[in-house]
Amino acid sequence: MPKLNEMRVFNASLIALALVLGLSAAVVHAQSFDDALAKFAADSYGDTEEAVAAVAASGNEMAVPVIFALQDGRLLFDAKAKKIFIKELSGRILDAASGQPAAAAPADLELVRINNRLRRAIEAALGALTLLSPDPQKRLEAAQAVFKSRDEKTLPALDAAIARETNAKIKRALIEARAAVVLFWSDAAEAAKLEAVGVSRARGDQEAMSLLWSLPADAPPTVSRAAVSAAKAIQGQLEIWNGVQNAWYGLSLGSVLLLAAIGLAITFGVMGIINMAHGEMVMLGAYTTFVVQELIRTHNPALFDYSLLIAVPLAFIVAGCVGIAIERSIIRFLYGRPLETLLATWGLSLILQQAVRTIFGPTNREVGAPSWMSGAFEVGQLNITYGRLWIICFTLIVFVALLGMLRFTRLGLEMRAVTQNRQMAAAMGIRTSRIDALTFGLGSGIAGIAGVALSQIDNVSPNLGQGYIIDSFMVVVFGGVGNLWGTLVGAFTLGIANKFLEPYAGAVLGKIAILVLIVLFIQKRPRGMFALKGRAVEA
Amino acid sequence: MSAFPFIRMLDRGAVLFLLLLGGFAVAIPAFNLLVPSGSALHVSTYLVALFGKYICYGLLALSIDLIWGYAGILSLGHGAFFALGGYAMGMYLMRQIGTRGVYANPILPDFMVFLNWPELPLYWYGFNSFAYAALMIVLVPGLLAFVFGWFAFRSRVTGVYLSIITQAMTYALMLGFFRNNFGFGGNNGLTDFKEILGFNMQTEAMRNALLVISCLALAAGFLICRAIVTSKFGKVLVAIRDSEARTRFLGYRVEAYKLFVFTLSACMAGVAGALYVPQVGIINPSEFAPGNSIEAVIWVAVGGRGTLTGAVLGAFVVNYAKTFFTSGILAPYWLFMLGGLFIAVTLLLPRGIIGSYEHWRGQHGEKHDAAMRVASPHAAE
Repeated sequence: MPKLNEMRVFNASLIALALVLGLSAAVVHAQSFDDALAKFAADSYGDTEEAVAAVAASGNEMAVPVIFALQDGRLLFDAKAKKIFIKELSGRILDAASGQPAAAAPADLELVRINNRLRRAIEAALGALTLLSPDPQKRLEAAQAVFKSRDEKTLPALDAAIARETNAKIKRALIEARAAVVLFWSDAAEAAKLEAVGVSRARGDQEAMSLLWSLPADAPPTVSRAAVSAAKAIQGQLEIWNGVQNAWYGLSLGSVLLLAAIGLAITFGVMGIINMAHGEMVMLGAYTTFVVQELIRTHNPALFDYSLLIAVPLAFIVAGCVGIAIERSIIRFLYGRPLETLLATWGLSLILQQAVRTIFGPTNREVGAPSWMSGAFEVGQLNITYGRLWIICFTLIVFVALLGMLRFTRLGLEMRAVTQNRQMAAAMGIRTSRIDALTFGLGSGIAGIAGVALSQIDNVSPNLGQGYIIDSFMVVVFGGVGNLWGTLVGAFTLGIANKFLEPYAGAVLGKIAILVLIVLFIQKRPRGMFALKGRAVEA
Repeated sequence: MSAFPFIRMLDRGAVLFLLLLGGFAVAIPAFNLLVPSGSALHVSTYLVALFGKYICYGLLALSIDLIWGYAGILSLGHGAFFALGGYAMGMYLMRQIGTRGVYANPILPDFMVFLNWPELPLYWYGFNSFAYAALMIVLVPGLLAFVFGWFAFRSRVTGVYLSIITQAMTYALMLGFFRNNFGFGGNNGLTDFKEILGFNMQTEAMRNALLVISCLALAAGFLICRAIVTSKFGKVLVAIRDSEARTRFLGYRVEAYKLFVFTLSACMAGVAGALYVPQVGIINPSEFAPGNSIEAVIWVAVGGRGTLTGAVLGAFVVNYAKTFFTSGILAPYWLFMLGGLFIAVTLLLPRGIIGSYEHWRGQHGEKHDAAMRVASPHAAE
């Protein structure tokens, strides 16, 4: 807080200085503005051009309306009295020098004529006052610049710009900029300041909040009070948005974890096989996507938007077949020896990595995003990219499909039967070894599908899978072995917890904290959140 | 009875191992220092350092075999204890550099000066004393193992769960040590060592001395392990390995047994790491990589788990193969071979080299040491 106070004092003294300078400047300006106006009455293009430049440079509050009127053909002059008038759109005649309605407008007013050369000069003059620029982007930037500079000399230009602005977004930015100026302008009326507080409150972002916190010390007490309460309200709101954003990032991370872990939930959770090569199945899926995109690029670029849709089933088949081959050639000899399975599959993961490294090279491979996955949209203060949104949807689709498969198909029924009671299932005529191979293939195939999605957000390199293997095991262990719902809850819990810890601890320490928390959690519930109960535990 | 434990401890295989190790410790320095470098019998200093490294790996493998082969605890995070011991030694060696560093700061190591650290962090205090560093080499890995094991064994985290948790532990430590603000040199780790206990580290004599010290440490570790596995305590460990629940029902406090042996094993791994660092001249966070720990497990599997001598043999064989293949034109194929080794050993040679030999000897009716039969991890399968 002391820092804030210092800043306020500093700001106040700056403003005082600016006012002193401004007042002395105003006297000079008034003189030059009147002289400049008089030149309009000369009825010569040369003089008018000089007048435009002088008026624009004067900083007078009537400068903008005058130049506008000139541009619109509404600037009139009295040749005899050398006086200039503005004809408003309503037909009212204003005195250009004072901005007051002319008491007695002469009847024989003449239009200040302009030519193309002058039009350019006018535009240049307005360009200096970019708030009135014809380019909407420039107007927006100018409004934001004013919001930051809070220069009260821009007020007339702002008012003119607000009156003229038709783009709602820019108009709002202008009004907010005006509010910022008014709040810091010590001459502004209290009511105007209160209104400005309301405008800033409605803006409701970080900048508005810091604006309201840093009001000058000479602000009227009512304004200060209103500003503080508004700032607090914004702070509360921002905290909520911040939470929403963290939750969104957490959901996004959780869906990635879920994708990577869901296949493992089948092989490790349901079958009890420690497959350390699981990450390499994910990697195979990602490389399948790469190959599909390469083929499309060289043969039929028009299909590029469908490349991921084509890659999904292919990745499932590739990883699934590799999975079945692994099960038949290695894992089936190691059932009941989990530690040996772990070592053998670790060796397998080394081989698969090195094989991919040999075929595709050790560097990252480029996998493009189809057009429907790029871009983003905003909800309130939240920025949502389509890519992340699609991955979350895709994850949930895969999850539901897998649940449905296990629940409603014959293969799913047989899988559940074999994992629950192998002998009984065999006695019922289920070929258990075939089911083992298919279950393992299913888990691996889903890992391959995960690879398609992960190719969109991660580097496709031979090490892709290694980054996920420990996290995936954590998810399955945390969620509870043998339970897909546990995996779902575990993945999203870990994802969200990770993102909420990150702002406090940083990405790496956040990750370490999560690992420590899981180790502690396993103390409490050694079998995970959704542990199987009853007979199934020891089976 | 009082003389018997010693005899039981030093059976024929153990004596043979110790003799071989002793011969190795004498022969290598002799061939390095006494035989002129032109001679065909000369052992180059490079090889001395290499063998010294292998001996340290052997000690690490021994520590893993003690818990995996005899107590059934498969730790995939023993590289972490190894690296922690290494870091403790590295910190001592960093403090020894003193004003000879690039920035010539008498107290702060170079990387701290580089990162604008104003003063030495508290946990670096005392590492200028070798005695303190030696204590930390044993204490830090031991303490971590004790706390970790206490939590894990108390809540009966066993089997693959324990393996995965230990892997996560070393992974978390790796992430931490990679950070600069942890105060251990970040990415680059600790290196550029000058001397140890006042002796220049770059001399041939020092390399040979380190090799001999490593051999002594390995012999001591071997004797400790033999003493444990041939004692009644060791029999309980084997019982826990073969049926933890039954042992518990017989009234043994399984957690205490496991915790003791796990902590001891971590201390041994720490010593191995501490001896490793001066011989390779660097310690960095990649030593914590989960892959390293798993590779150490495969040394044990290759040599034969539950045989002790096999663990050391496995460490030698696999690492010699690694050095041989990664230095030649076959380098791109080394990972294929290592991966294949993992699969082949688990599928075809589950007892490992020494274990298979003993099994073969047992089957051919030769007189067989009773302790060996009990110690074989496959007796119950």
